[in-house]
Amino acid sequence: MGAFRRRVQTLTAKSWFRLPRQPMLRHLSFAVVAVVGLYFLTQWLSAFNDYEVGEIAFYVIALAGLTVLTGVNGQISLGHGGFMAVGAFTYALLVEHTTWSLVPELLVAVAVTAAAGLVIGIPATRLRGPYLAGMTLMVALGLPYLTNQYNSFFGGDQGLNTPAPNGPASVNPTEWLTWIQLAGAVIVLVLLGNLMRSRFGRSFRAVRDDEIAASLAGIHVARTKVIAFTVSAGCAGLAGAFLALSAGGVNSAEFPLALSIYILAGVVLGGTGSLMGVWWGAIIIVYLPTQWSQDLAKDFHANAVVSANLAVIIFGLVLVVTMLVAPGGIQGALRWVVGKGAAYFSSGRVSNMTLVLQESTDPPVSDGESVATITK
Amino acid sequence: MKRFSMRAARSRTRLIATGAIACAMAGTMALSASGTAGAASAATPGVTSTSITLGATEPLTGVAANYNDIAPAMAAVFAAFNANGGVNGRQIKFTYLDDQYTPSITATLTHELVLQDNIFADVGSLGTPTQLEVQPYLNSQKVPQLFVLSGCNCWSSSKYPYTSGYQPPYTVDGKILGAYTAKNFAGEKIGYFTQDDEFGFDAIKGLNMEIKSSSVVSKQTYVATTAAYIAGLNSQVAALQASGAKVVVMAAIPPFVNLFATTAATLGYTPQLVIDGVAGDPSAIGSSAVLSTPAPAGQALLNGAITDGYGAFENQTSNPWVQVATKLLTKYDSQVATKGITGDELVGFNLGYTIVQALQDAGKNLTRQGLLNAIAANGSKFIESGFVPYSYSSSVHFGYEGEQLYKMTTAATPITLPSGTYLGVEPIGPVYYTSPGAGPVKVWHGAPDKVPASLSKVA
Repeated sequence: MGAFRRRVQTLTAKSWFRLPRQPMLRHLSFAVVAVVGLYFLTQWLSAFNDYEVGEIAFYVIALAGLTVLTGVNGQISLGHGGFMAVGAFTYALLVEHTTWSLVPELLVAVAVTAAAGLVIGIPATRLRGPYLAGMTLMVALGLPYLTNQYNSFFGGDQGLNTPAPNGPASVNPTEWLTWIQLAGAVIVLVLLGNLMRSRFGRSFRAVRDDEIAASLAGIHVARTKVIAFTVSAGCAGLAGAFLALSAGGVNSAEFPLALSIYILAGVVLGGTGSLMGVWWGAIIIVYLPTQWSQDLAKDFHANAVVSANLAVIIFGLVLVVTMLVAPGGIQGALRWVVGKGAAYFSSGRVSNMTLVLQESTDPPVSDGESVATITK
Repeated sequence: MKRFSMRAARSRTRLIATGAIACAMAGTMALSASGTAGAASAATPGVTSTSITLGATEPLTGVAANYNDIAPAMAAVFAAFNANGGVNGRQIKFTYLDDQYTPSITATLTHELVLQDNIFADVGSLGTPTQLEVQPYLNSQKVPQLFVLSGCNCWSSSKYPYTSGYQPPYTVDGKILGAYTAKNFAGEKIGYFTQDDEFGFDAIKGLNMEIKSSSVVSKQTYVATTAAYIAGLNSQVAALQASGAKVVVMAAIPPFVNLFATTAATLGYTPQLVIDGVAGDPSAIGSSAVLSTPAPAGQALLNGAITDGYGAFENQTSNPWVQVATKLLTKYDSQVATKGITGDELVGFNLGYTIVQALQDAGKNLTRQGLLNAIAANGSKFIESGFVPYSYSSSVHFGYEGEQLYKMTTAATPITLPSGTYLGVEPIGPVYYTSPGAGPVKVWHGAPDKVPASLSKVA
């Protein structure tokens, strides 16, 4: 065992094993590994599993946007389903009325949703806690309903068509769409990762930790909050457009209040503020209501009332357990386990152990360095 | 120095964590990748020399769970034909999944049916918002989306040739009920009570073609959500009462009809009710339609209510179609023992038999286009339990466009189910038919189809 441990130590001490310190290079190297891995994953999976991976990808985008707002900037939003609706309908209207190609259409959908986020974000700076939750709740309830009031423009209940884009003839269309969605997810994560390591990310965290201290340090608190809201809404817009592509059409029934709540719960389960944790949240959102809870209900011969509510019950239970056992969510728990392992394989001296353990007791919301670390 | 080593540790930790996550994710996928469909050897997906795979998404649980007995009844019909040699020598495999009446779940499950279960066609799936969600996808994949259980006008559209509806369009409901109301309650003040979505809008379209707008004194709506149900219908009922409406025409789902009846009873409001066939089955309406002593509040209002239906009700036990359905379902549908023969079971029975005929008609060399051609060419000749033939043709993708008017009354044979005894219904007047577009409501003189010997044999 000791020999193995030493060998691991020698390996991890090599310079090429270390990641680049510079955030952009570091995140890009992550992205390259992820792209290669995900490519082989989609090749290996069946067409339907590819479709589910595509769904995971757009939930990752929505969750990543929300985790920046809630976890990093400390503002809660129950309205992200509404922002997804804005992105989806903008994209669908562009498909209907223009002959643009996919990328500019997506970019406009993001821009329009970000603008909506800006508009909602400005009054949101004056609200906090439950009042902010209440206001954003109106976004989730109101915006999708608005489309039913203007039937001729938004297509009423039937909604608008968003056919999946055609790739090269040699590629299965489902796989092609999955690649587009995964590429979107990786790009968004890289950009958000960089943002978190930039001046803006540090301002976000400073405002979250203490608004008065942040403003004394020269940070414009209101502007920072509005920027976070805008970025977050833009991500939700892209996620909405991808949701529309997966569904093949967009209508108001796709954006129930439950969607907004699932997104927020997904962020918390994955690990609030963690950009890697959103993958866990997204996997749970995709698989829990359609697969896991139904299988479980079948195994236990649950009656209709129980099985209808099983997904929500499990969500609630897992949320409670997560809050009690691992406040950092799944990613936080993993980081703790990995931290233990890393401590074992590093020199093993008590001082280093303590350091790693200290790291794991950082506030749960610290994917990057917390403000406290920087000022140390 | 300390800080440096901490960073390095963190960096390594990160890399290992990423690796762990990648492995775990791949594992998760692998677990769920298990039911991959075998290689499609045949030219037509879902068809082999010995089997035909069909699929559906149904609200087995959730807000529309009262419709959860339709798919088991369809499955029972398929099981009966499978036990007697199948369709053209092929056994029907029928998979129905629970979409909880939630469009986003419908989308995922429909992809699962198409991509993983490799279905030949999606048949008898239920719900307007849920099926609208997958209509573009199924049509783009050229998967037939047949006999959708919804009366939306949207199922018959040249834009979506692979889609067809089953029950009468809500506009046809509206026209037939409107014509009856205009004739039998002439000169009375009329009020509308409708659901605030395509269901209500389409029904009002039909009502307005038949009822003079000057006689409509109040139009009230409700939103079909749990929150609206809890909030109650006091303001709507009070507004109708204040307007002096003596007749209230409703396009509402059963729980809201029930709530309306109890609320009106509390407020002492006793209009004549005319109820769209969506809530035509008293056993679906529930508590205020239960026959008990003392009579529940609201029963006085439902007693005498007019409604419409495209087939026989479960209390019409002398109807040969109800008899053959009861025989087959008792044998092949296990839930009949606990739930009894409900109106929805009869719908599922008739729909299942229609699907069998469509597949038989499409012939031994089964293709998706062949199935659509068979329905377009011969759909109107399929044998079914309704009062009028199907309207299916190359241009019309609606099933029934004709209905019988019924009256809910304590004088009729009660509907007796394990869950209770309910107000019965009895047919009144002739059978009417019309199209959802402009055009008169006409009387249908043809006789309903007889139960064929081939069906009696398998039952």
